[in-house]
Amino acid sequence: MSSGLLFALGGLGIVVIGGWALVLRAHLIRKVLAINIMGSGAFLILVGAGSMGGGDVDPVPQAMVITGIVVAISATALALALVLRIANATGKPALPEDRERDLMDEEGM
Amino acid sequence: MLEQFAQAPWMLWAIALPLSGALLAFALPRRAAPIGVVTALLTAAAAFGVLLQVALGGARVYRLGGWGAPLGIDLLADGLSVLMLAMTAIVGTAVSIYARVYLVTSPEKVRRFWPLWLFLWAALNALFQSSDVFNLYVTLELLGLSAVALVALTGSGPALWGAMRYLLVSLLGSLAYLLGVALLYHAYGTLDLALLGARAEGGLSLAVPLGAMIAGLLLKTGLFPFHVWLPPAHGSARAPVSALLSGLVVKASFYLLLRLWFTFTPEGQGLPILLGSLGAAAVFWGSIQALRQKRLKLLVAYSTVAQLGYLFIAFPLAGLDPALAWGGSIYLALSHALAKGAMFLAAGSIMTQGGHDEIDELDRVVDRMPLTLAAFALAGISLAGLPPSGGFVGKWMLLQAAMAQGEWFWAAVMIVGGVLTATYVFRVLGFAFTKSPHVHEAHDVPRTMEWTALLLALGAVLLGFVAPWALPLLDGVLP
Repeated sequence: MSSGLLFALGGLGIVVIGGWALVLRAHLIRKVLAINIMGSGAFLILVGAGSMGGGDVDPVPQAMVITGIVVAISATALALALVLRIANATGKPALPEDRERDLMDEEGM
Repeated sequence: MLEQFAQAPWMLWAIALPLSGALLAFALPRRAAPIGVVTALLTAAAAFGVLLQVALGGARVYRLGGWGAPLGIDLLADGLSVLMLAMTAIVGTAVSIYARVYLVTSPEKVRRFWPLWLFLWAALNALFQSSDVFNLYVTLELLGLSAVALVALTGSGPALWGAMRYLLVSLLGSLAYLLGVALLYHAYGTLDLALLGARAEGGLSLAVPLGAMIAGLLLKTGLFPFHVWLPPAHGSARAPVSALLSGLVVKASFYLLLRLWFTFTPEGQGLPILLGSLGAAAVFWGSIQALRQKRLKLLVAYSTVAQLGYLFIAFPLAGLDPALAWGGSIYLALSHALAKGAMFLAAGSIMTQGGHDEIDELDRVVDRMPLTLAAFALAGISLAGLPPSGGFVGKWMLLQAAMAQGEWFWAAVMIVGGVLTATYVFRVLGFAFTKSPHVHEAHDVPRTMEWTALLLALGAVLLGFVAPWALPLLDGVLP
């Protein structure tokens, strides 16, 4: 197994882990983190798949990942600002369907 | 001089103008509104410049920095792009003029609205002219982020929740799309759509990335059952923002879906039938939910869920005469943008006048705001697909495609959907003609707001007459 394939498979695993948390966790900061983790997984797939051919490393996936990271930072900034506004306006950093859940005690789930 | 004007890089201006206008409006917050309106008019002019160039001279390519694909970024404007650019320009101009008056009471919101809306416009114009899959990803994200921020502008708890859910869904959709891009690049070594179309072979190396991209785009378009985020976001935003989201933003991801579909023309009947069935389910579910809503803006938002469903009925009907089915779907998308934009603007005027948007409590709107009610009714006519509106042309083409193939099920879905649409529109009109049991304090609504909604709704109806000029633009774009 080439290291590129290993990175790509690892990236896929990270995407799945992030997706899992995005659906199950109620705390909005955790959801934002989950999206970020998924994004990192996608970037790992991009870079891993780009270096699978052997020989010289293809620079295009690297350029795409850098652009992707910029996009991810902007998205995270907007998401965190929104979480803050939600917590201030409604008293709890959660979506309405999750408001009854205990946001701090999520370790065991 | 005239020659220079005709050959000017309008494709570039259509993106650069709103982008610089947005930055300027952000840097000079006190002058945001005049900067915004001037930029809007200039951007619309640039979009029509591209439309004329393509209508007279055929599809155009602009190589950014002179690099050229595959290394550089190419902009491509063909018939489908320019129709979308023109749709954005018409709805965008109307919303800009409306918002100039609508937002005047809250200076705080004026400062934030204009930069975000101009960024959104730049993202839309860039998306409609991008010809490589990664550039499309970037425009898709810029579009999603500015749209979410616009929803959050309202500031109330429910609007913030709506914005947050919209953001999570939007990011998830983009990630799925990005994964598809990564796999496509790995398999075929290029990002350019045309090159990908030429190199792509069937099989798993195409099916997996395409599946991920389509799933992401369906999520962003809000096709049933991925629509749950849509009504809270579109319904709780400010009226001009709702008009932009329902009219334009969901069309962008649908446009991208069509582009991918036309480039790769997936084989087999399973996926088209699945998409068509989800569309049919959206028509019924959205219409029934619209009928049950108590608030006017939520009714209009659920109507969007239903009308988006129609666009997907073209997928299973494209086999025999692709031009007829796709043309119908694209024409429906265009006329829905104008009609739904007008409907949300009219709803905004009604809300400003009565201070609420409870449908049962509408108090003789017909006497107080005949222009606004006319706008709502005309938009409803186009949505229900009555002649001579643009909605009629689109639905008629889809119906013809269905009947030519003896596909009576799809024809029945469209007809029943039309009846349901007429029912929820008339439900609103009925309450607008009668006195409400309770007295509400009435506020004056500026005439500009009433007229922009009416003109936009008239545009949706008149769109039916320009079909003979608009539809030939699609020759050569459709598979």
